[in-house]
Amino acid sequence: MEYFAQQAINAIQLGSIYALIALGYSLVYGVLSMMNFAHGDVFMVGAFACLLLVSIFPVPFIVALLAVMVITALLGVLIERVAYRPLRNAPKVSAIITALGCGLVIQNTTLSLSPYPRPMPRLFESVPFEFAGVTMNTLQLFIIGVSAGLMVALDFVIRKTDWGIALRATSCDRTTVPLMGVPVNRVISITFAVGGTLAGAAGVLYSQAYPVVGASMGALIGWKAFVAAVIGGIGNVRGAVLGGYILGAVEVATVVALPSTWRDLIAYSLLLVILIFKPHGLLGSPVQQKV
Amino acid sequence: MSALRNFGSSLAACRWAMPVLAVSVMLVAVIHQQFGLFNGYVEFVLITAGINIILCASLNLVNGYMGEFSVGHAGFMAVGAYAAGLLAVKVLPGATPVWAFPLVVVFGGLVAAFIGFLLALLSFKTRGDYLAIITLAFLMIVKSAMENIPFTGGPRGLLGIERLTTLPQTAAWVIITLWVIRNLVYSKFGRAITAIREDELAAGAMGVRTREAKILAFVVSSFFGGVAGSLFAHQLQFINPATFDIIKSTDILVMVYIGGVASLTGSVLGAVLVTLLAQVLQPLGTWRAVVMPLTLVFLMLFRPRGLLGLREFTWFLPGRELLGRIKEKLS
Repeated sequence: MEYFAQQAINAIQLGSIYALIALGYSLVYGVLSMMNFAHGDVFMVGAFACLLLVSIFPVPFIVALLAVMVITALLGVLIERVAYRPLRNAPKVSAIITALGCGLVIQNTTLSLSPYPRPMPRLFESVPFEFAGVTMNTLQLFIIGVSAGLMVALDFVIRKTDWGIALRATSCDRTTVPLMGVPVNRVISITFAVGGTLAGAAGVLYSQAYPVVGASMGALIGWKAFVAAVIGGIGNVRGAVLGGYILGAVEVATVVALPSTWRDLIAYSLLLVILIFKPHGLLGSPVQQKV
Repeated sequence: MSALRNFGSSLAACRWAMPVLAVSVMLVAVIHQQFGLFNGYVEFVLITAGINIILCASLNLVNGYMGEFSVGHAGFMAVGAYAAGLLAVKVLPGATPVWAFPLVVVFGGLVAAFIGFLLALLSFKTRGDYLAIITLAFLMIVKSAMENIPFTGGPRGLLGIERLTTLPQTAAWVIITLWVIRNLVYSKFGRAITAIREDELAAGAMGVRTREAKILAFVVSSFFGGVAGSLFAHQLQFINPATFDIIKSTDILVMVYIGGVASLTGSVLGAVLVTLLAQVLQPLGTWRAVVMPLTLVFLMLFRPRGLLGLREFTWFLPGRELLGRIKEKLS
């Protein structure tokens, strides 16, 4: 029972991180109906930026976290400005190809600069404690709490603020919305900034929980988060969160029951199975094709 | 009238250009096999170029002519490579005789084609741009499965494959691939997949059997992907799951989009350019993997159709297509 509870906490922790990254994929898909394959590498850059920052300036953890969130937000906006905006009216395939290319450029540049994974210093003073017979530590609580806080804040922003309303309007109809006076380009830039912020936070939290950073993180964890977004229904913000926690639970269960190398196989097979039965994901709404 | 006569004689030349080219390529390959025209390195690069042409032309069928976006071609290559490699190493007793090698290659292609068929069925469940997701998941599943099944050699890979991919064999497969895909593309089926690219719903409304056309395109594309994989396995004599990752898929995508979408001569050009570029960039090490995707991004931004996009050299067209174009000019 204790073992089960322990694994459940691990699952929620991993799921929180997946959910944070998946939100970025889902937000962009909602607005541009485009798969931002470079998003996983923004997450990876977040982890590396944190490592670089703390090895140059001895800043407290919270400061590092906030600074990295700003950096990855800017990176997200930069990618959109340079690589996606010129292709806004091109066939959709062109933007997907560019996204894939951008992700690989970021990943392989990092790989060339830092060929081997690097250890991440512990920034968060993690204190183990026992609660109802289950051993936890404060880092796990912090990760779960910060992620939940960010997600609740995002949900509030999307439902209540002007930007949130503009975002939802843009995802409904991108051609009509500018006529209503909504600055679409700014809405899209903010969307990429928000996605980048969440990915940066996920990068810092992940690198504290699993303290090794490597260039392939974006491909391993980022694409898994993309799977989570698709499982939940890409374009749907709550679906991304649901998908993240489901994938976290499935992965932890896989590692418990099978050799850990089966993780990828199970995760991607789950994706295909879900696409067979729910082609638009668990919470996604089917899109009607119009002539 | 003289203009017409000139056109007629150039047509006569066109009719013979393809067969003459094919025979001379085969002839050079066979002469090399007998007398050794090139040194080992040049032969290796030529075979690699041939395999890349097969990969690029077959991916162009789906990504160029049909306008879908598959990122899983390295997965079909992996399936073909492992199917052929396992058949040769673990199933067939003793050394594979040279005459049996084409059968092994066909087996690799057929297994890949079957998987392609299944993926095509799966893709009908979802809307258009989900194909990228499905093929990406397929690529990851293949790689991960090969790493976890002991029979395939696990992460260390499959060793002890014989070196059977020779220059004449590769040349023959290149010619077969280009011939089959060219004739398909300029047939009724080709019109159907071009119609699907332009507008799938409208094509269906005009009586195009879109599902059949898509399945056929997928099956042919993955068959030749598997063929290329089989040749690749018997060229390197060693395959491991890490070879067939997303980088490999990106390399093939770069070939398709450099050479030109919906152009087979473009595919040949793209495959040869990327093969040479890969050799030239060898000293760059891992930076090579930066240059390739960067090329892809710049291509999409500044020349999205590639060098020969949607165009074809006249001498490459089949006779009937040429006649049709002449009639169009005359009327």
